[in-house]
Amino acid sequence: MSFAKHLISGTNFDAGSLTALQKITLRAVVMSFLFYGLASIEGTLMRVALVNPNIPPIEGSASHYFSIMTVHPIVGIFGSTYQLVFAAFMFLIPFLTKKPLYSVGLANFVWINITVGTALAWIAAFIWHYAPLYTLYWPLPADVGQFSTIGGVVFIVGVALIMIGTLAFIYNIYATIFARVGVHANKTTKELLISGFGIDGMLNLINKLRGKPPYTKEPALSLPVVAIFRGTVDTFLDALVILGAGILVLAYLLADLSGATWNVHAIDALLYKNFFWWGLDLVADGLVLIYVAGTWYLLATIITGQKLFMENVARAALLLELVVSWMVWSHHLLGDQGQPEMMKLISGEMVTAFELLTQGLALFITLVTLWKARPLKMTFELKYLLGGLVGFGLAVPAAIIQADMGMNRVLHNTQWIIGAHVHIALLVGLYMTLYSAVYVLWPMLTNETRLYSTKLSNAHFWLHLIGGIGMGAFMGMAGLDGMLRRHFYMNGEYHTFMVFAAICAVMLVTAWLLFLLNIVLSVGIKGLIGIFLPAEDETATFGIDPQPSVVAAARK
Amino acid sequence: MTFATSVELLKFHWVAYSIYALIIISVVAWFAYNLTRPNKAKSIVRIPFYGYIGFLVAGGVGHHIFTYNSIPWVSEDIMRHELKPDRTFDIEIADHKFKLPGQMKVNVGERVYFNAKSHDLVYGFGLFRQDGSMVSQMQVNPGTRNDLMWTFNECGEFDVMSTEYSGPGGNDMKVKKALVVTGCDDQKKGA
Repeated sequence: MSFAKHLISGTNFDAGSLTALQKITLRAVVMSFLFYGLASIEGTLMRVALVNPNIPPIEGSASHYFSIMTVHPIVGIFGSTYQLVFAAFMFLIPFLTKKPLYSVGLANFVWINITVGTALAWIAAFIWHYAPLYTLYWPLPADVGQFSTIGGVVFIVGVALIMIGTLAFIYNIYATIFARVGVHANKTTKELLISGFGIDGMLNLINKLRGKPPYTKEPALSLPVVAIFRGTVDTFLDALVILGAGILVLAYLLADLSGATWNVHAIDALLYKNFFWWGLDLVADGLVLIYVAGTWYLLATIITGQKLFMENVARAALLLELVVSWMVWSHHLLGDQGQPEMMKLISGEMVTAFELLTQGLALFITLVTLWKARPLKMTFELKYLLGGLVGFGLAVPAAIIQADMGMNRVLHNTQWIIGAHVHIALLVGLYMTLYSAVYVLWPMLTNETRLYSTKLSNAHFWLHLIGGIGMGAFMGMAGLDGMLRRHFYMNGEYHTFMVFAAICAVMLVTAWLLFLLNIVLSVGIKGLIGIFLPAEDETATFGIDPQPSVVAAARK
Repeated sequence: MTFATSVELLKFHWVAYSIYALIIISVVAWFAYNLTRPNKAKSIVRIPFYGYIGFLVAGGVGHHIFTYNSIPWVSEDIMRHELKPDRTFDIEIADHKFKLPGQMKVNVGERVYFNAKSHDLVYGFGLFRQDGSMVSQMQVNPGTRNDLMWTFNECGEFDVMSTEYSGPGGNDMKVKKALVVTGCDDQKKGA
């Protein structure tokens, strides 16, 4: 078949055969990868601008540079990562629990809201150069002397839409988990809650130590569902905090529009920082780590076809992460001298160090599960999973090192943090894990559609892995030499490191283009359009035998 | 082991973390290679589960104990309100500008207390060598205490720069050679 024919029709993809559940999942996946591409291009522009500040469209303008820096994480984390993770979980929860998704309509509401919200935030930065960064340190987002008030309102409305979409996702997930139908018809809410929090795993361990029979031999919820349940608690709290901060900023901006002048110093900047970081940190140290651990466990069991090694320990570790993720935010405030020393010591250093334990356990359990099943075929899902393990193996210790009062004094806000820790965690750790999930779910979501090219998949893997680790490493080295993360250097400072980091960034964009090409040539433009057309089959489950159109009919 | 300056600490950190990164990449590569082989691989080392857990706990906690004992500014920072400084400098920041008490002059080995106040936004106060490497820094929040105690164990001229983003207007917040430390012999001289 010719290239043009593949471009139009794909390999053997038939959008008309997809169920409602498959379609709403794929819609969010498509939007996620488009936003990933946008974030990737933005990141590359910023990296190249640190080599040549006059590159268009930045052209030496600090205002333009920081506008991009403001929306880059909004597009990357919410527009792309949130959408991809939410899509995967809204498919996996019905698949793993063998129950229908609570509402397909709500799932559509989620991806549309997040897409529109991300677009609005991007427009606010592009048109009005609204650039308070994702940190929104008070009173900068309400600084109408520096930024356009209208731009601020549009930005905050965009972020609020993302959070409303997030709350809708949470409702859909919990309503599905707690639905007492199918295999959970005879379970009580208490049993589902105990299992969801991982308490049954903890009780099993305690009973084993006391020589008693296990609390339960068959937990109500499978381990990946427990991880999704637990991570979603943090997603909920995080959404509330970001919405709360958004309402505060919006109130000040609307007051300005109405001609009133409110005193920004009525809000304590350090208290606000604590509140905001408590919530924002639940993204990084809560839901990401927990969702990732759960995804590793799921991938390891699907790839090997075997039970997870030390499942009770894994369940208990997820419970431990619950406590840990709520108490670690002070590691972002080690450079704030008004922050009480005890909070820095306990929350910032000691509790944060527990993340080495919880993430180290997840890594260990995943590796041993794979090891016990060898020999395994080096499939794409396995390859990407191993890449994800390397990413977190590098990024988590980098985080623990900097969450220290001595190290933070000379590393805070440098390129070390955003490079060696954040970008390696996100690009290599998280995205490699998500790509593994994409390859696992691909046959299920597309009804066994053939991939256009394994060569393109391989090229994507190596370019993404080397580009991701390389960029993080060169940024990190520049950071150790004093380069700041939120500064637009325009005089060739740290030039050698920036040249190499920019080359790695170009590798990452190229990797994305190859991945996109492979997907488009597999699905075809017709198929892509078909994904967004209404589904003829309203089935909201997957993998239940007999086929679940029965369930959909019953709901009608 | 004691690190007198941030240069010494970050050089050590660079080497230690690079070795760790190479080890973790090599271990996963070895693991991936042996996952696919039909023959059983012989483990290079056998690590018991509780040994691994112990290693993680020791690593997490031991790291802080190590830095507390080897980095002099940790205890100085925690105890800064009990210690008597040799010099105090008051710094004010407003409208993306530093207001410094002239060129700050310090003798090597002196304990200096920087007291910064922001009148509007969140800023940073960072000291940098002439080669761009960082000596030390803190955040400067409006409305709260922002104080940094630092003992200079190196000589040289140092720039003051904001280490926190405060809008595009803050990108030029740099005062060249704002602080001078003198009194070293040639061997101890910094940047």
